[in-house]
Amino acid sequence: MMMFRILVIMVVLLLPPVSAYAVEPDEILPDPVLEARARDISKKLRCVVCQNQDIDSSNAGVARDLRLMVRERLIEGDNDKEVLDFIRARYGDFVLLNPPFQPKTAVLWLTPAAFAVVVLLAGAIILVRHRSKPCADVLSAEEEAEVREFVKAQQAGNRT
Amino acid sequence: MARLLASLPFFIALFLGIFFLWGLNPDRDPNEIPSVLIAQPVPEFQLEAIEGLSVPGLARSDLVNASQPIVVNVFASWCVPCRAEHRVLTDLVEREGIRLFGINYKDQPADAVRWLSELGNPYERIGSDLTGRAGIEWGISGVPETFIVGETGTVLYRYVGPIIGDEAVRKIGTVLKQAGAFASE
Repeated sequence: MMMFRILVIMVVLLLPPVSAYAVEPDEILPDPVLEARARDISKKLRCVVCQNQDIDSSNAGVARDLRLMVRERLIEGDNDKEVLDFIRARYGDFVLLNPPFQPKTAVLWLTPAAFAVVVLLAGAIILVRHRSKPCADVLSAEEEAEVREFVKAQQAGNRT
Repeated sequence: MARLLASLPFFIALFLGIFFLWGLNPDRDPNEIPSVLIAQPVPEFQLEAIEGLSVPGLARSDLVNASQPIVVNVFASWCVPCRAEHRVLTDLVEREGIRLFGINYKDQPADAVRWLSELGNPYERIGSDLTGRAGIEWGISGVPETFIVGETGTVLYRYVGPIIGDEAVRKIGTVLKQAGAFASE
C-alpha cells in the first residue's frame, strides 16, 4: 500500500503542469473564437515586468492590464495585427517576442543564415578539391611488377 | 593563406574578448526597456483628481500648454520605493523650483490622501489612475517611474525606478538643467 502511494505521487509529480495559466476567469471572453485569438496574441507579447515571459502566462499586474486591453481591442473589431500594433505603439518593439526584421536586428536574423552559407561553401570547396585531385588509373610497368612480386611473396607465406 | 589561417585564433580571441568586455560593462542593463515615448508628444490621457484631495486632476492638455518643463512622477501609496523617492522630489520642488505633476497609479483614494498628508504633497496636479490605463498609455512597467516633459509637451526623458542616491539625482539634475526646468536659471 505504501509503495502504491509513493508510485502515485511520483507519477503525479511527473505530469506536465498544464494548469499553470495566469488568465483569470473574469478576463475570459464569452466568444470562444475571440478568446482563442486573444490567447494567441497574448502569447506573442512580452511581459514588461518579468520580461522573458509572455503576458499570457504572467501574473504581473501590467500583464493582466495588457491582456484585458488586447481583449477590448478584439471586441472593438481590430484584427490581430492592429492589436499588436496598438500595444507596440506604447511599449515599442521590445514587447514583441518575435523581433521584427529591421536594420537594427539584421545581425540577429542574418547571422544563422550567413553561418549556414559559410559552412556549405566550405564543405563544397573541400569536396571539389578532394575530387579534382588527379588520380592515375593505370599502373606503370614497374608498379605492376612490384605488385606481382608482393602478391607472390604473400602467397609464399613470406610476410614482410 | 597559411599565415592568415594561423592568425585566425588570435582574431577570434580578440573578437570574443571585446564581446565579453561589452557584456561585463556594469553600466549596461539588459533589462532596460527603451521607451518609445522619448521625443514623442505626451500620450492622450485624462485623469480625475484624487477624491478627497484639493489638488486638481491631470490630463494631456495640462502638459501640452505648460510654459515650463514638467516632471511627471508615477507613484502609489503601496509602493515602498516611492516613499524614499518622495523626499528627493520634494527637495527638487522646494529648492530648485521644478514643477511636479503626479499620476497616482492603481491606488485607493483614501490611501493616497493618507500617504500625502503624512509625507507632504509636492505635486501641483495629481491624476488618479485607478485602472492603470493611463499608465499603459505612458508605457510604464511599474512604479515609480518619472518622465520629464518639455514645454511643448514632448517627452524628453524617462527614469525607471526610484530617484534615490547620488547617481540618480545627478542624472535627473542634468536632464532638468538641459531642459531648463530649474527656476533659478
